[in-house]
Amino acid sequence: MSTLSLVGLSHHVAPVELRERVTLDQTASAELAHELGDAVCLSTCNRTELYIADGDDEAATAALERLAGRSLDGVVYRLHDDAAALHLFRVAAGLDSLVPGEGEILGQVRDAFESADPGPLLDRVFRHALAVGKRVRSETAIGESPASVSSAAAALAAQVFGDLDGRRVLLVGAGRIGELAAMNLATRGADIAYVANRSGGAARELAHTFDAKALSLDELGTALGDVDVVVSSTSAPDVVMRATDVPAKRRRPLFFIDIAVPRDLDPAIQELDGCFLYDIDDLEAVVAETLSGRRAEAARAEQLVAEEAERFRSWRASLDVVPAIASLRAYAEQIRSSELAKVSGRVSENERRTLDSVTQQILNKLLHLPTVRMKEAAAGANGASYADAVRHLFGLDDDR
Amino acid sequence: MVEALFWPALLGYGEAAFAYASARTSRAATWGVRLGWMAQTALLAVQAVRADGFPWSSWSGSLNLFVWLVVGTYLIWGCRPRYRLLGLAVMPLAAGLFAVAPVGGGTRTGSRTHYSNVFLVLHVGFVLAAFAGFTLAAALAALYLWEEGRLKRRSADILRLRLPPLASLERLTWRTILVSLPLLTLGLAAGVVRLTQEGHSFDALEALTLATWVLYGSFVLTRPTGRRAAYLALGGFALVIVARLALAGGHFG
Repeated sequence: MSTLSLVGLSHHVAPVELRERVTLDQTASAELAHELGDAVCLSTCNRTELYIADGDDEAATAALERLAGRSLDGVVYRLHDDAAALHLFRVAAGLDSLVPGEGEILGQVRDAFESADPGPLLDRVFRHALAVGKRVRSETAIGESPASVSSAAAALAAQVFGDLDGRRVLLVGAGRIGELAAMNLATRGADIAYVANRSGGAARELAHTFDAKALSLDELGTALGDVDVVVSSTSAPDVVMRATDVPAKRRRPLFFIDIAVPRDLDPAIQELDGCFLYDIDDLEAVVAETLSGRRAEAARAEQLVAEEAERFRSWRASLDVVPAIASLRAYAEQIRSSELAKVSGRVSENERRTLDSVTQQILNKLLHLPTVRMKEAAAGANGASYADAVRHLFGLDDDR
Repeated sequence: MVEALFWPALLGYGEAAFAYASARTSRAATWGVRLGWMAQTALLAVQAVRADGFPWSSWSGSLNLFVWLVVGTYLIWGCRPRYRLLGLAVMPLAAGLFAVAPVGGGTRTGSRTHYSNVFLVLHVGFVLAAFAGFTLAAALAALYLWEEGRLKRRSADILRLRLPPLASLERLTWRTILVSLPLLTLGLAAGVVRLTQEGHSFDALEALTLATWVLYGSFVLTRPTGRRAAYLALGGFALVIVARLALAGGHFG
């Protein structure tokens, strides 16, 4: 039976300085996999893992050490067969990720699989892993909640407005954190309409990125009547927007995200009807809560992964008896055909067809129960001994 | 036979009222609603076949029909996983009202009234269908206020226990009232025509129903937003409840 091996390193055991040396792009991953034979190379910023069928652990370890430029003793992990499959299932489900349930890894597993040229065992285990990843995401809520401040801000805005498509955003400050939050809103369909900053040059530059209008901080009041979401992240020492700046007569809610320290937005804004203000502490509290929710869901996900790993183990174990079953059936068919051939000259065509059909049915009925029993035994731990017994009793070899 | 159908329906609604409390049991809750509603539909069908006329003109009979319409509206309008907490708002009320219906014989075969079936179907049917819509709108408005409060309080679990967005709740409340108001108008018109023909004066229930119509009419005309819209929808529902529970008895007596 084919063996499955895994050699790799990940964020659990290797620091980023080491991981970045062994991280490969998709083309280089495919080349390495090809070099190792029947293999798949999964390489992301958090892990580089080599899955090999009937391969050599040492060659895989040597390949990783060559990339790292140093010995990987004590850093690299090696897993085999069912343990390697379980590990891959956990990886695809996002259970081995830095943030439990993160969704990107499933696409990375798919890319690694599709860029390699795997044999039957790796094909089966990777397809199964992709199905496990999908099942975990559809049957648990592990990937539903945001895991960063900027994605939490966007999710909260969506909690007010629903679809963010076409919602207009005012970005105050041209710093990196604000830009990230704005990008998160933009990926959900929001329109970054204005960028306001103390420095006109930085505002214009960032406004150009989002195809937005650049404003000075003095013009904030006028823009407020035209937007749905305000994201503020300046380094100003004082408040840049007061509750009195917010237009009193509005029919639409206004959502304020203040990710600056010290805060940019007057806390009194939260008291205004239809206004919702979240500062950095609020957002971090939301993220902490959702992460704890992910961890709770991770327990359910682990159960699903364990179920699937057991199914994979049963499938693999059934491979123990498949050659014996095939040999037994071929042997029986050979006897049937030769006995039929002996009488074929002495019976009519109709009688020959009847004999053919009847003997086929007898054969199927006789072999049905032994076949089922051998598969059942294989699902347990006795598959190999049952297969040996059948070979011995019928004088079979797998090539028959 | 009728009693045999009442209990499965009540059991289904009761199970849903509790099971909607947890996300893990919400699928079982939805099945409870479906099976309960099917049992109640069968109950109403048996009542309709056996009754000599329209069997839901009594106070308790109309309560039975009202619950069926509320649950039916919920099944069509809001029975989605994301609206689990809407089920938590609607189903305890439906189960409670349904449990009260047998007290006045509302789940048994009714007796014949001197009103024609056509009038009763138009008047009672339309008014109760509208009231069912207003009940659902009130549940949506209550969810809106709860979710808005959580957003204002900046609850850390806002994304873990996730409700539909405020905009969706507001839009659905508005649409439900927009659909329900014409039904109430038709039901009231049928009642007023009958009243004029018979020369009766307004009773308290009719006056209250008219006030309800005015309130929801102003809602549709002004299309309020935010908290104001939610409070108005809940205010209208308060009138509906008074009309259903306090004043409906003896209306057709």
